[in-house]
Amino acid sequence: MEGEATYVSDLDNLKATELRLGLPGTDAPEKPTPASPRGSKRALLAADEECQSKSKSLGADSSGQEAAPVAKAQVVGWPPIRSYRKNSFQARKAEEEAAGLFVKVSMDGAPYLRKIDLKVYEGYKELRKALENLFKCFSLGELSGMEGCNGSEYAITYEDKDGDWMLVGDVPWEMFISSCKRLRIMSGSEARGMRSSP
Amino acid sequence: MTYFPEEVVERIFDFLATHRDRNAVSTVCKTWYRVERLSRRSVFVGNCYAVRPERVVARYPRLRSLTVKGKPHFADFNLVPHDWGGFALPWIEAAARGCPGLEELRLKRMIVFDESLELLARSFPNFKVLVLISCEGFSTDGLAAIATYCRVLRELDLQENEMEDRGPQWLSCFPDSCTSLVSLNFACLKGEVNAVSLERLVARCPNLRTLRLNRAVSVDTLSKILARAPHLVDLGTGSFTIDHRAEAYHKLINNFIKCKSLRSLSGFWDATPRCLPAVYPICGNLTGLNLSYAPAIQGADLIKLIRQCSKLQRLWVLDCIGDKGLAVVANTCKELQELRVFPSDVYGEGIAAVTEEGLVAVSSGCPKLISLLYFCHQMTNAALITVAKNCPQFTRFRLCILDPGKPDPVTNQPLDEGFGAIVQSCKDLRRLSLSGHLTDQVFLYIGMYAERLEMLSIAFAGDSDKGMVYVLNGCKNLRKLEIRDSPFGDAALLEDVGKYETMRSLWMSSCDVTLGGCKTLAAKMPRLNVEVINEMDESDELEENPSDLHRVEKMYVYRTVAGPRNDAPDFVWTL
Repeated sequence: MEGEATYVSDLDNLKATELRLGLPGTDAPEKPTPASPRGSKRALLAADEECQSKSKSLGADSSGQEAAPVAKAQVVGWPPIRSYRKNSFQARKAEEEAAGLFVKVSMDGAPYLRKIDLKVYEGYKELRKALENLFKCFSLGELSGMEGCNGSEYAITYEDKDGDWMLVGDVPWEMFISSCKRLRIMSGSEARGMRSSP
Repeated sequence: MTYFPEEVVERIFDFLATHRDRNAVSTVCKTWYRVERLSRRSVFVGNCYAVRPERVVARYPRLRSLTVKGKPHFADFNLVPHDWGGFALPWIEAAARGCPGLEELRLKRMIVFDESLELLARSFPNFKVLVLISCEGFSTDGLAAIATYCRVLRELDLQENEMEDRGPQWLSCFPDSCTSLVSLNFACLKGEVNAVSLERLVARCPNLRTLRLNRAVSVDTLSKILARAPHLVDLGTGSFTIDHRAEAYHKLINNFIKCKSLRSLSGFWDATPRCLPAVYPICGNLTGLNLSYAPAIQGADLIKLIRQCSKLQRLWVLDCIGDKGLAVVANTCKELQELRVFPSDVYGEGIAAVTEEGLVAVSSGCPKLISLLYFCHQMTNAALITVAKNCPQFTRFRLCILDPGKPDPVTNQPLDEGFGAIVQSCKDLRRLSLSGHLTDQVFLYIGMYAERLEMLSIAFAGDSDKGMVYVLNGCKNLRKLEIRDSPFGDAALLEDVGKYETMRSLWMSSCDVTLGGCKTLAAKMPRLNVEVINEMDESDELEENPSDLHRVEKMYVYRTVAGPRNDAPDFVWTL
């Protein structure tokens, strides 16, 4: 969405939008940054000014479009939400991000399970390849479970947050990794049952 | 009245319910002043630096209940440095010396040390109620002191404090003889508590009506607690992570069914939709519901839950409820008085959540709505005008359009007309927060129509000094004015300096006020404290001796009879 401000919590991101002279990528002579979390006043002023000039130009601009693609203004204390609330969401996000997304993978007939980190894959194709590699000693051939594939008798399924077993590949990748609790490579007739349903 | 004996006058004063009325009668004559001060049981100090604690205690020696507020409101949003001030200790010390009968203490946005809590616990044998809201500086050790020494404690209410967790032992410090608890809220505590101690405490307090658990409390413990305290009225559920297939879940449902008195629910920190049916049995009785810390509950599940809550008076949700969800609220919750919709995606772009449509729906469906806090991505004038027509009874109206300075997306106009309609229609409006693209025009409307307005919050709004002057001239009942990032300068600030003595406080940050302007204000009004808050860059040598033309980053002005404060840190200059 245009003009939506992103809100930072640490100094490094502030530095990234600090207005400086110099070519991008070169390090301008660094001002010593204060140790306190209050942050550089200049950077905040710059952000504030940018914000004010943005809002002023909105009145004049009849087309309603934001002119320059925003170095999104980072505004202290905006939106006006109590730090307590902001922190509890931040903490939750940090928990989720730091953890990595390790899920168990079981395959019908295999004597042991494996574990993979969903975060390292960019999409379903990579995931499928990775799973093939993991279980190739059990001679899978091609893994099915994706649209259009009519390879072997296996289907890749996953258990979602609600406890239901779903076919992998239906939802966007991001949505998938946020709701996937574990994976199961289903074999034989069970798989056929899943694949044939619309 | 002067011929009545003092005992009679005192009885008559007992009927005066508000602080304002009691303050008023105390100014009539010396006798009334004396009668009033000796019979005063409850005092509210809106700004801890407006008066010295010793003076309050000397005037009201029979005080039983004291409420004190510290930092200005914008401290909630990190605009005030942590060590700006607002210390509780001087108040507790003064009360310990002068009002040994103190029973209740309520503090908001203050710095409270463990030593202060310990002094509190040991100084007042009748101490019953401690409420700390948005405070900091203390730890569970301080709570341990309260638990240990306050023999008749009824209420320990900790709301959204930043407190250090030093272990779970504090809860075990409540002695076995403590059976008087009516309300216990430790939802903001980050660490674990001892489950067994908690269960035992609940079991021996038959009058317990409010219990708000923190995230660390498991569902298993919750279940046991409900079994022991089915008479609870207000419950904070703790984490609420349940495996919905497990036996624990069924036990939980059964225990909830027994809680016939339950009227208010909050918590749900880690709740997932599958767990919600556990609370269905009591939804029909709920008057208060807070799901604003449960981002996993959205869409259809949230709607299904709300459809069962037809008696809701107070609802706090995240914006993932969506406009659709708000339409369901409008159809179901006909008793709704207060609605708060918080943004679920604070740090990035999310699924577009609520817009003006949701608000319009609620305004037309909920005839009793009087208090609103609404975070949204966009708002239109047409919608606000409709809302104003539907709900002329608003007393609190706070709208936050997440993109600062955003205009009406349909007409590309500023939102002056929309907010103008609100202030014109809502004659009882006491609190207003503005957002979106706004010109001086909206302030003209506010000055003209918002007669009862007491608190106004302005951000990224206005064109010139005229805007601020309209407000200062027009709003007769204005008590608190807070402004950030708006082009108001010295001319506006100095237009009517006497006005500030009729108000509690004025905050201005990132505006166009200069040091010279502040100095002028301070010189003209000796009974105001004009504080300039300078967060200096180490690299900014210019700050050492700033000129009067220098723009002031943050300014806080408040009336006071205590003179300049003696605990101000280096970066706060009282002019």
